[in-house]
Amino acid sequence: MALQQFAPIAALIILAVVLTFIISNISTIFGPSNNTSRKTAPYESGMQPIGVGMRRMPVKFYLIGVLFILFDIEVIFFLPWAVVFRDLGFYGLAVMGLFFFILTIGLIYEWKKGALEWE
Amino acid sequence: MIDVPSIADLNLTVTFPAVFLALFTMVVLIVDLFIPKDRKIRTAHLTLGGLVVAFVWNVLVFDSNQTALGGMYIADSFSGFINFIALTAAIITCFLSVDYLKRTGIEQGEFYSLLLFSTAGVMFMGAASDLIVVFIALEILSIPLYVMAAMRYRDAKSEESGLKYFILGAFASAFFLYGAALVYGATGTTSLPEIFASVEGIVATDSGARLYLVLGAALIFVGLGFKVAVVPFHMWTPDVYEGAPTPVTAFMSVAAKAGGFAALLRLMVIALPELTANIGDTIAIWQTTIAIVAAATMILGNFVAIVQTNVKRMLAYSSIAHAGYILMGVAAVGTIGVAEEATRAALIYMLAYTFTNLGAFAVVMALEKDDGSGTQIADFKGLSRSRPLLAVMMAFFMLSLTGVPTTAGFIGKFLLFGAALEAGLVLLTIIGVLTSVVSAYYYVRIIVNMYLEDGEGDPAEGATQYLNYATYAAFAGTLIIGLFPFLAVNLLDTMMIAGLF
Repeated sequence: MALQQFAPIAALIILAVVLTFIISNISTIFGPSNNTSRKTAPYESGMQPIGVGMRRMPVKFYLIGVLFILFDIEVIFFLPWAVVFRDLGFYGLAVMGLFFFILTIGLIYEWKKGALEWE
Repeated sequence: MIDVPSIADLNLTVTFPAVFLALFTMVVLIVDLFIPKDRKIRTAHLTLGGLVVAFVWNVLVFDSNQTALGGMYIADSFSGFINFIALTAAIITCFLSVDYLKRTGIEQGEFYSLLLFSTAGVMFMGAASDLIVVFIALEILSIPLYVMAAMRYRDAKSEESGLKYFILGAFASAFFLYGAALVYGATGTTSLPEIFASVEGIVATDSGARLYLVLGAALIFVGLGFKVAVVPFHMWTPDVYEGAPTPVTAFMSVAAKAGGFAALLRLMVIALPELTANIGDTIAIWQTTIAIVAAATMILGNFVAIVQTNVKRMLAYSSIAHAGYILMGVAAVGTIGVAEEATRAALIYMLAYTFTNLGAFAVVMALEKDDGSGTQIADFKGLSRSRPLLAVMMAFFMLSLTGVPTTAGFIGKFLLFGAALEAGLVLLTIIGVLTSVVSAYYYVRIIVNMYLEDGEGDPAEGATQYLNYATYAAFAGTLIIGLFPFLAVNLLDTMMIAGLF
């Protein structure tokens, strides 16, 4: 395969790097600067950025997190399937139906076990 | 355009024992949610029913000798025999668990679904003809075991056991995957028959591909070696076996091992038997490595078992030693022409070991107290007076593990040593025989404790109805294979030979 075929990708990479550099610095160069301590602190999605690293937190977050990640990953499997859905025909539908059925059994199980209740 | 198979092409009928069990597990999982907490015995009955159906089904499709699921699954006599071992182990474990779980206060319906999942994993492992399927089966087999090992979660030892098994198991899986990736890189396929087809060309051209292939095979061996606990990948075994609830330990020691060795044998017999140093060699390049590992495993397992005072730990080291014996059979497979005999010997050995070891653990559970104590060797003192029948059976299991004639263990060792000699592994066979003699020391010590030492004699209150069924079944199995070995050999021969070779 000729290397020239990859030229658009190379152009895209270069463009991305240059553009990122420009956008992230242009406001520092031209914008007004009015720093406060709060503004310069690292962004932590609203959490206190400074404190003990090993804070106690409810174990429920962990459970919800694990369940979320499980289903999140399963959803990824649907994506490549959706791309070739037409080619696979009924076979693809049947196989994915089975996959979805098994997934649903997991959902029924965790629901009935009370893993989705916050209290 | 994608080549779409039709559902008929999948040839699902021959996969039914394993697929049925996997689907049935989900039924158990859901049905168990609606069974009240004090009636969990129903879940056990349901589980047993499913296992028996799978068992019968397996007998029916035994010699079908077909591939299924687009060539990823082989239903031949080898997989049939592995199914036989896995289902036997699961049925006996089910009987072992019922009362034990209740009296130790860890009775949960999930135990049975996990047991079934793990069994299904072993079955898929035996039938896998593709590295991807081996990997998935390995995970289906292991992940439930991690959970089951930690099931007695109020006990720190059990928790340690689960965590240790999980972390090292995850490592092993990573090794296996890396090895599989290298083999794929060398041969361009993950299908075992296709790997076999390309091996000869790789050996002939002596390209870099051979290096990758050897490296990949070595890493796969490391990954599976962790699962079956051979030296030097055995470190986790004693701690995990000691901490896990005893029925889980019993199941782990036979079914997980059977699964690991099934994959190892399949890989060595189907995919890599001709991976030799030069064209025309009759000995596979990996034979020496596996022989050395087998020797180290037998020596370390047997010698360290001598100093153990806890029976569960002793049986853990003994299981390491037995993995060494089975590995001897795998090494013998490396001599071209002996593969058939060695595979047969390893399979018979696994079946004999399944019955014997489950029986030994059943007796240990009979003596175990509700809090998990009572598993010291000293606790066996005077058992011949308090529970004569139990003592006789335990003595028989210990003799079978040693390999005394008229027991199942003897038949297994006889066939294995024979195969190893035929393969030209004389030194390895000598080590095997000598370490068997060493093993007699610690197995017979239990018999001495039961019959010759003075002691109160444990009342063995754990020997409840269901546990007794399991002990009798294991005893019957050990005795039948020991007295009528041709039954097991014929069973295997009729189903096996045509299929695999």
